[in-house]
Formats: sequence, C-alpha cells, structure tokens
Amino acid sequence: MPTPTAGPAGAFASKLYVPTGSSRPGETPDFSALKLVSETGSFQPATDCEAGDTVPLARGLVRVLDDQGEAGGPWQPELSDEQLLQGLRHMLHVRAYDDRMFRMQRQGQLSFYIKSTGEEAVAVAQGMALRGGDMLFPAYRQQGLLFVRGRDVVDMMCHCISNARDNCKGRQMPVFYTWKDGNFFSISGNLATQYSQAVGWAMASAYKGEDHIATTWVGDGSTAEADVHNAMLFAATYRAPVILNIVNNQWAISTPQAFAATGTTFAARALGYNIPGIRVDGNDFLAVYAVTEWAALRARQGLGPTVIELLTYRVAGHSTSDNPDAYRAQGEGDAWPLGDPVTRLKQHLIGRGVWSEQQQQELEAELKQSITDAWKQALSHGSLEDGPHWPVATMFDDVFQHMPAHLLRQRQQLEDET
Amino acid sequence: MSSPSRPAADNADDATAPADSDKLTMSMVQAINSALDCTMAADPTVLVMGQDVGFFGGVFRCTEGLYDKYGPHRALDTPITEGGIVAAAIGMGVNGLRPVVEMQFADYIYPAIDQIISELARLRHRSGGEYFAPVTIRAPCGGGIRGGQTHSQSPEGIFTHVCGLKTVMPSSPYDAKGLLISAIEDDDPVMFFEPKRIYNGPFHGHDNNGGSGSWSEHPLGQVPAGHYRIPLGKAATIRAGSQVTVLAYGTMVHVAAAAIRASGIDAELLDLRSLLPLDIEAVAESVQKTGRCVIIHEATRTSGYGAELVAEVQENCFWQLRAPIERVTGWDTPYPHAFEWEYFPSQRRIIEALQRTLAYH
Repeated sequence: MPTPTAGPAGAFASKLYVPTGSSRPGETPDFSALKLVSETGSFQPATDCEAGDTVPLARGLVRVLDDQGEAGGPWQPELSDEQLLQGLRHMLHVRAYDDRMFRMQRQGQLSFYIKSTGEEAVAVAQGMALRGGDMLFPAYRQQGLLFVRGRDVVDMMCHCISNARDNCKGRQMPVFYTWKDGNFFSISGNLATQYSQAVGWAMASAYKGEDHIATTWVGDGSTAEADVHNAMLFAATYRAPVILNIVNNQWAISTPQAFAATGTTFAARALGYNIPGIRVDGNDFLAVYAVTEWAALRARQGLGPTVIELLTYRVAGHSTSDNPDAYRAQGEGDAWPLGDPVTRLKQHLIGRGVWSEQQQQELEAELKQSITDAWKQALSHGSLEDGPHWPVATMFDDVFQHMPAHLLRQRQQLEDET
Repeated sequence: MSSPSRPAADNADDATAPADSDKLTMSMVQAINSALDCTMAADPTVLVMGQDVGFFGGVFRCTEGLYDKYGPHRALDTPITEGGIVAAAIGMGVNGLRPVVEMQFADYIYPAIDQIISELARLRHRSGGEYFAPVTIRAPCGGGIRGGQTHSQSPEGIFTHVCGLKTVMPSSPYDAKGLLISAIEDDDPVMFFEPKRIYNGPFHGHDNNGGSGSWSEHPLGQVPAGHYRIPLGKAATIRAGSQVTVLAYGTMVHVAAAAIRASGIDAELLDLRSLLPLDIEAVAESVQKTGRCVIIHEATRTSGYGAELVAEVQENCFWQLRAPIERVTGWDTPYPHAFEWEYFPSQRRIIEALQRTLAYH
C-alpha cells in the first residue's frame, strides 16, 4: 500500500489522514490492503443466523473456485453443467455487447457508454440465482441482468441510441435501461437513490404477503450516499425481503474505494444495522451464485435483508468519458489477484470435462456475429443522429398520467414552431 | 356563487358531494383524518407512513385513530429519515401500493428533496411510461405558530418548478378532505401542503399590527362524513367582486378575505387551491373582468410562486390590465421567531396594495 500523502508543505505539519488507492500512474499496483482472506471456505451459516454469526464472512471472503478453477468448500452450489454453460454464455454475450457498444461510442454512434468488463459475473450469476418475479433495482453496470432475463439485445441497443424503438422514448442517456416486463427498474443517474427504493418495494411485497423479493446494487463509492444508510436502516427495521449488493470494483471514476471503505470491508457495514453481511469473490461465478441464492432464501423465508459485498475489479474506465490511465497505473487490472470471471468459469468447465478452448473460441465468434447482426437491426430502427426518433411532441407525454392544460399548450406551441 | 361572508369551506364544486344532512363539523385536522380514513377503508393499498404517524397519531393528530383501526402495517411509524421515507414510498408505489407520506413539517422535506425531484417526479417520464409511483406527500407548512425558521416555511414554490409533481394547498376543512382524497387517488405524485396555522382554529393575533379578532373566521367547516372529491386544478371563488382580483391560497385566503372586508373594496377573491396544475382560466377570466390583480402568499417573494402568477396574468390579460400587478408576500428572509406577525403579509399590507392598484385610472 502506498504511503498516505504527506500534509501540505509550509507552516502546518498536517496530521490529516488522506486515503490512497491501489495505484496511481507510474506506481506499482498494490492490493494488499484488501485482505483477501478466504475464511469462508469454512462455513455456511443457517439462513436464520444472527448478523453476528456472519462476522467472519463479512470480514473474510467467500470463494468456491480456487485459482486453478477447482470448486470446493461449503458454499459450492448445486448447478448443472447446463446452467454453468449458460452462465458462461451470458457473460461472454455481455462482453461482446460491451465491446461493440464501446466501439460504436468511439465512432460517434452513441453519446456515452459504460462497460462492465471484469465484473460480468456479478450481474449474471446474481440474476441467475433469482426468480423472474423478483424485482431488480440495478445500478448502471448490471446489464448482465438483462441478458439473464432475456431482454432482446436489439431493444437494448435501440434504447442506447434513442431511436424510434427505444422503450424510454429518447429520454434517457445510454445504459439507463428500463424494462418493466422483465421486472427491471428504471435506472437513475443519481447514485444510490434506488437502493432505498428497492427496500420500499420489498416492504410492499411483504405487506401484500407475496414472496417476491427485491435486489439492488450500488458501487463502492456510492455507499457514501445517505440513501445507502436509509436503505440499510429501513431494511433492518422492517426486515424487508431485499438483497443489498455492494459492488466493490475498486474505483469510483478516479476515487479509490478507500475513500468510502474507511479501512474496513463494505460487508461489515451490515453488522451495525444487525444485518448479515457477506463478502464474496465477485469474480467467482459459483460463489456469487451461492451467496445470492442463500440471501434470497433468507429473504423469502421472512428473515430479512442481507448485505453482499462483491469484491471485483473494474477493468475498463468508469465510462467512455474518462481515461483510467490518468488516475491509476496502466495495466493495473492485470495485477488484480482474483483474476477474470470469464476465464475462471471457463477453466472450471474445462476441468469438469464439459468445455474446451475450441468451443470457447467458437462461442465467442458466434456471439460476436450475433451482436453485429443485432446492431444492424437496431440501426434499421433509426440512429441517434439521423433518427427516426419518437415524434418530438411525445416528450410531453408521461410527465403526468393525463396531460394537463399547460403542457397541452406547450406541446401545441412546439408543434406550431416546428 | 359566494358572498363575502361565506367560508371557503362551502365553495367546492364537486358533484359527488353528499347531501348537507351528512355533514359534520370538523377542523382541518379532522377533515384530513377523515380523508385518510375514507381512502384507507375503501382501498387496502392505501397506507400512511412517517415519523410518529402510527401509534401516536401524528404530532398534529392528523393520523389519530388510524393505527388502532388499520394496524401498525397501515399506519406505519418510520425512522427519522425523510429521504428514506420518500424512497421507501416510491418503491411501495411501484409495487402497487398508494402510500401517503407525512412529513412532520414542510421544513423537513429538504433531506428528501433528491428523492422527490430526481426520482418521484420523473419516474413515469424517464421510464417511457413503464413505471409510476402514486405517492402523496403531506406536509404541514406555513408560520404563525411561533415555530421559528425550521417550523414555519412555505416551500410550495420549489415543487411547482419541478416537472411531474402536482402541488396543492387547501384553505378549509371541506377543501382539505376533498382535495386530499383526489390526491391519494391520483396516479401522479402530489405534494399536499397543509397550512398548519388553520389546522385547528380559531386563531387570534395575526392582526396585532392593526386588525382585530380571529383572522380565520371559519376555522371549522361543515364536512361530509363520507367520500367526495374536489378535482385538482380548479380554483374556488371565495368572493365575487368587480374592482380588483385577489389571488391567494392556504392561510392567506383568510387574511385576504379579512383585508378585503376591512378595506371596503369590491375585490374578487380566488382561492387557487391547486398551484400545479393551475386554474389559469379562472384567474384570467377574473383579471380580464376586473383589470387589476393583487397576489398574496406567505412564502418569500423572490422567485416565489407569485412571480409565476404575475407572468401568467400578464401573458393572458395584458390588454385588460389597468394597473401593475401587485405582490404581497413574506419577506426574503428566513422566517423569524419573534417577528412572525411582521413577517406575514398583514391585512395592512394587503389593504395598501389594494389601494395602490386602485389608484391607477
């Protein structure tokens, strides 16, 4: 860990502590502060455990796959070869989609894009561990959920380029998806706001006597928002059937996770609210699936919320608008000690004897082609610059359920002027 | 429709109102409680939530008895975190419930403002119409109870500036019940401001600067026991007149009515009731008739709701205006504890404004 920055030169010898990250440009990446201890190889608590029982899990790290791709330990989930292969396919699909959309942004065909490279296992494994009736309140890097739930890739692309088939009607910037049929909530650009909304959704589910649960995601940096405190307090107070995920991918744009972690783990935050907290290797597809399945069962049994910290690494920049080499060592991702989620699951499947490098290459090629086809289809419904878009006057729709007189007048004015 | 002596309470235009024989005498608090009771009885998706609204029945007693009648799940006590309360209500609304949030004081809305402005107000629009949350946020507002700067504010203008919210403020028990039922049954989010100065009445002292007696002559109203609605977006004519149009809402309707009586001026007084949507037709019709307009609100002046009214009036009535439009408002200072009577738009200030506007020929 690099030495904390010294105080300002001059009259004051500052004792103010300022955290540092895993690296800055020119430094050697150092992840030793993360304490990658897999105490959890050791036990899986009962779903009706006390929050205090999870202390070792909140401070340690749940892993199923070891560095060689071998599965073991008490958290090993019962997943069939077919399910694991499906998970691999979804992750590769997300990666192919991200790569294509990133390139399209660079070519000026999208205004903006956010990749999830390196953390695909989070959304894909968690999505697969949930039921279709469960409600998803995602942040902006969980596009994998849409792939798991079967969202048409063409529709996703149409949203990102705001064309005539965009279900958000040209109102949201790219990646802020909405998909009601898939129980995928509308994503907000204000960080963490939906974390506490998810708790309210879960409270309503319990209120109605239903066993659907809510799941929500926030980044390490966004845990600094008051909404995260609100969510944990409400979830604990009312034992809401909700899973509160914290995706610790090390970087909030250029700000290291240390600025929100305060030297502890994010999962440990749960303990102060009397919520079980579990820290899991977020690049271990099997471990992420198992922990999510456990938390979902707890919620469905009326036992309340669980906080899951998913320890992962944001390989790409925050978005297309930043250059990560300007704030962290070039190639820092290669030093990430928990590897790549796709590679690790592939290794595991090869070790199980149900997959091969050859099949992997064929699948990657197939998905790349499929994404290319989807992009062509999406463009056939219109592009961002040239359209067709939704009719301009539809911007006045959906402000209210029924359009009030002042909006009717403004819409008329717009139509008269254009 | 109205004579000068008739209270705002009898001014509703709701065709569904029950017969007079069904009416009870209620304060605004009781009328609000009755609205909550009616909607909760009729619809199991309606619940009230907020700090102290459950077991205790609310610090102003608006939710009294609901806990005993509907249980702790529907008269839901919450932690003290306004942002958390509104966020939870949004999630509940998305999941098919109709939460009625009580902000203990309108002054406490600010910690929830991101959830209201960025989330609640825009959800339907940003999701292309796929999601909405029918949340009603009730908030006791306004001064005159010795509440100092953190228990006296009138933030309604902030919310009329936000696209996707409806903003309502009643001035009588009858209106409070009918408007609140409409708000709860509306699929859009509604900011429902309750002028706490006229919650219980009668009140004395507002006219320390020159008036006398109660400035709210009708603190209690005849209110139907059962369900009725007053549509959002319809103003009420409190007093017909020919010389000048006075626009007011909430507590100020009563102050204006008293000032008009004291002035001897034949003013037409409109109670806007709903600020957004605004009944601009009623406003324009009146000002076009009288040619003069005085706007009164308790909130601070600069960039306040009165500025919007001035703009609307001049856009709609420019050729009929015979005098500059006047505003009588709270001062542009935080609300003072010791000087609230000087802070309020007083009868004296209103009368002076009426006289100034009539001086133009």
